[in-house]
Amino acid sequence: MIQLGCSLLGSSVEDDRYLGMEDYQKAVARWCSGCGDHAVLTAVQRLLEVEQLAPEETVFVSGIGCSSRFPHYVNSYGFHGLHGRALPVALGVKMRRPELHVFAVMGDGDCCSIGAGHWVHTTRYNPNIVAIMLDNGVYGLTKNQTSPTSPKGLRSNTQPRGAYIDAMNPIATTLGVENASFVAQTGDWVPDHIYETIRAAYHHPGFSFVRILQRCPQYTDNLFLEAMRNPDTIELLIHPDGVQVKDLEKLYTNTVYHDPADLVNAFRLAQLDDKIRLGVFYRNDDIPVYEQVRAVPAKTVDEKIAILNEELDTYAV
Amino acid sequence: MTTSQAQAPSKHEKAADASAGEKRIIRVKEHTVEVVSDSGEGAQKCGQIFGRVSARMGNGVWTVEIIPAEIQPPPRTPPSASGNRIRIGTKAVTNWGDGAHLVAAFNEQVLLHRHRMNSLEKGCIILIESMWKTHDDEDIRAEWAAAMDELAAGEYRFVEVPMEEQCLTVVDNPRKGKNMFVLGMLANIYSRDLEIIKELIRHEFRKKKAEVAESNIALLELGHRWADEHLDFKVEVPIEAPGVPMVVMNGNQAVAIGAVAAGLELCAMYPITPATSASHYLSEIFESYGGIVHQAEDEIAAAGVAVGASFAGKTAFTITSGPGMALKTEFIGLAVMTETPLVLVDVQRGGPSTGLPTKIEQGDLLSSIFGQPGDAPKVVMAPATMEECFLCMTTARRIAEAFRCVVMVLTDANLATGVQPFPRPNVTREWMAAPLDLSALPEGHKPYDWDPKTGLSRRHIPGQRNGMFTATGLSHDEASKIGYTPDVHERGCEMRARKMAVLQQTLSPPTPYGDEQGDLLVVGWGSTQGAIEEAVDRARDEGLSVSSLHLRFLSPMEPGLKEIFGGYSKVMTVEVNYSDDPNAPYVTEENRRRGQLAWLLRAQTLVDVDCWTRVPGEPLRPGQILQAIRDFMPNGADA
Repeated sequence: MIQLGCSLLGSSVEDDRYLGMEDYQKAVARWCSGCGDHAVLTAVQRLLEVEQLAPEETVFVSGIGCSSRFPHYVNSYGFHGLHGRALPVALGVKMRRPELHVFAVMGDGDCCSIGAGHWVHTTRYNPNIVAIMLDNGVYGLTKNQTSPTSPKGLRSNTQPRGAYIDAMNPIATTLGVENASFVAQTGDWVPDHIYETIRAAYHHPGFSFVRILQRCPQYTDNLFLEAMRNPDTIELLIHPDGVQVKDLEKLYTNTVYHDPADLVNAFRLAQLDDKIRLGVFYRNDDIPVYEQVRAVPAKTVDEKIAILNEELDTYAV
Repeated sequence: MTTSQAQAPSKHEKAADASAGEKRIIRVKEHTVEVVSDSGEGAQKCGQIFGRVSARMGNGVWTVEIIPAEIQPPPRTPPSASGNRIRIGTKAVTNWGDGAHLVAAFNEQVLLHRHRMNSLEKGCIILIESMWKTHDDEDIRAEWAAAMDELAAGEYRFVEVPMEEQCLTVVDNPRKGKNMFVLGMLANIYSRDLEIIKELIRHEFRKKKAEVAESNIALLELGHRWADEHLDFKVEVPIEAPGVPMVVMNGNQAVAIGAVAAGLELCAMYPITPATSASHYLSEIFESYGGIVHQAEDEIAAAGVAVGASFAGKTAFTITSGPGMALKTEFIGLAVMTETPLVLVDVQRGGPSTGLPTKIEQGDLLSSIFGQPGDAPKVVMAPATMEECFLCMTTARRIAEAFRCVVMVLTDANLATGVQPFPRPNVTREWMAAPLDLSALPEGHKPYDWDPKTGLSRRHIPGQRNGMFTATGLSHDEASKIGYTPDVHERGCEMRARKMAVLQQTLSPPTPYGDEQGDLLVVGWGSTQGAIEEAVDRARDEGLSVSSLHLRFLSPMEPGLKEIFGGYSKVMTVEVNYSDDPNAPYVTEENRRRGQLAWLLRAQTLVDVDCWTRVPGEPLRPGQILQAIRDFMPNGADA
């Protein structure tokens, strides 16, 4: 059962549809085979089905890049906008229509480079939006340029002798922003973990930043090769308030019991570079949500006209 | 000029005792007053209240702020001049006029600034703070003397007023009181109703302790009494009550309150002069109407939030000025491509780049129309008065929604800060935005179901069943499916452009001011209308065959222009933007940079439209335009 609540019409429509996976699918994804984006799309569609989100009440907003084709492949409303600028559009949607389920999908260049200002400030506004950053450490669509998350030394068309400076740490950066309320990391080679992470993000009331580590089969084919081959390079952050995938804990025996409420420890874990850490670094459900902070009671046209006439009285000559 | 110049020229005088009975009455149809002080001494407040009371008493009024570039520039320097010009008239006043006829100056340096700007009429009466003349500091006395030498050229009539000395009898800090003392003097000179002024003062200080208003009122009364006892003249600008209820406000207030009347509910903005005062005002009042002002992290995000909000709901708007417009360009193109309704207000200032932040210019016309890559057809409108600033917000929203397009409203610093009374609008239900229609769409309905003739289509809004689609800035077909083939891209471009042609067909041809045939037609747009028409009136009084035409729509342009132009031997534009002097070195017919409207009109009509433009950072004066008309008459001014 889906509750089609429309606060603007003041009515709620009962709906007895049951929507299957196929109801959330649209065009066949045109990403390269082996691209991590496919796994994320599947995890998201699984979430939509499990949560039975009405497609017409769900909005996917994206920027520009391979990952930003995402909305075209989901049967929902979508807005495929400008490079780096998914978040302002998503914020506008959420502010205007808080009852909609809003997802923002970005790439690493999109979010951490050209859209860095929006990333920082939207984190601070803390709207109830799930932001998914598909991070393959390279600009793929424009054919192999260095991104802010390219590992130092990675050769690209713009830095053919290898990336000159250290990669950005998007998890630590987000944690450092005032009002950061949900910060998590997962990887494209662990689909169940992607699903659980996005599910936790969806249920978090506030801005959920999920970084997905993935490779680009064209340009960063080896980026997480070692992580996939050697479970010892991975450490799972586990906690009842975070993400737990029991089956995965059999494979990845390095686990750390990390309470996502502990920001100081979250920082420490985000800064360590000995292992790749997957899980929820930080979560705080009590931080005020922007669209609620800014909510104002709606007025009828008659009320507005009455107040407007009072306002005009103050200008009367 | 309609003003009589009864006062004796260039005479320094200590104000003598004068009783009301002996006063000379200067009776005029209009008078222009300036109040100038160091920044922070409150001349602006004084001028604003003087303008307000004049409007309330039924005079025509137009005010212009005199704004220094810095918040607190060094005192007693010409760049520190801050204040207001108030032009009052028996009938409606439509522009700031030529020179001032009476000035109240808090020191001789700020007066010098106005003199150097050619802002004072010959023989202007100057009420000047006298303390500097006899100041303990020798340097100040020397500065006074030097200034007086320079000012002598103006043949002004000086009245030295011991402002500070007088104010100290009532308050401890005269810096916070002279403005009200001067207001009292002006109230006496122009016979303004003191009760109305007291009410305005109490309103102004309503958020402070009652003593604040009362001490300001005491200063007002002191100034009034002082002028009554010491000045030997009064100015009378007869009042013809307009007969309909009027309101008085500046253009930014009119835009903000007009946005409310238009049913707009979300304004996303980033601070930028001279647009911010509209956002300040809106921030104050919008929530009581259920509206939100979102201050975004930058200009780009402000446009993005507005686009997102419009995509998901009622039309949103953003307000900015030139540099902000430059940053919003990318999102404007996206809104055009996705056919998302959007209203943008550009309060133009001097450009390019940071340019003249507080000053007027009409330099954003071409960048508004052509500022995006590719063909990005959108609507550009320009209100000419405070009243139109109010009304155009409703028009803009309605066009944005009906045509699924971007509507840009170009105002400018002259409209933004100038104050003018206009008939009180009758706010109606029809102006307000209708609630969102979220009923289900017919199955298979396409998000760009373009009518092949008009390019119009029905918008899909999140929440509507069967309407799911992904809006995209990429080339797309009716279903919003990305397509790079020639037919898809050409058809999309054609459909977005067609809407502009359809809109143009709904507009009425503009009406010339003056005869429909003649030697010269002056074409303008935006805030220059009043000054142009006043210049045309004066030129016609001189016997010149000249008319003017004012455009409100710049993209698409109102119909019938070519035909109208055909009635005149010569057509020229008058604009506040840069154009080359045709006689300047290296400038030829082929390479001459022209006024922005002239450029457009030439392209659109193939008429050889000439232009006279200036970028002084201040509104054009009717006297300057009159001279331009004389110079541009096809057969010379004697024809």
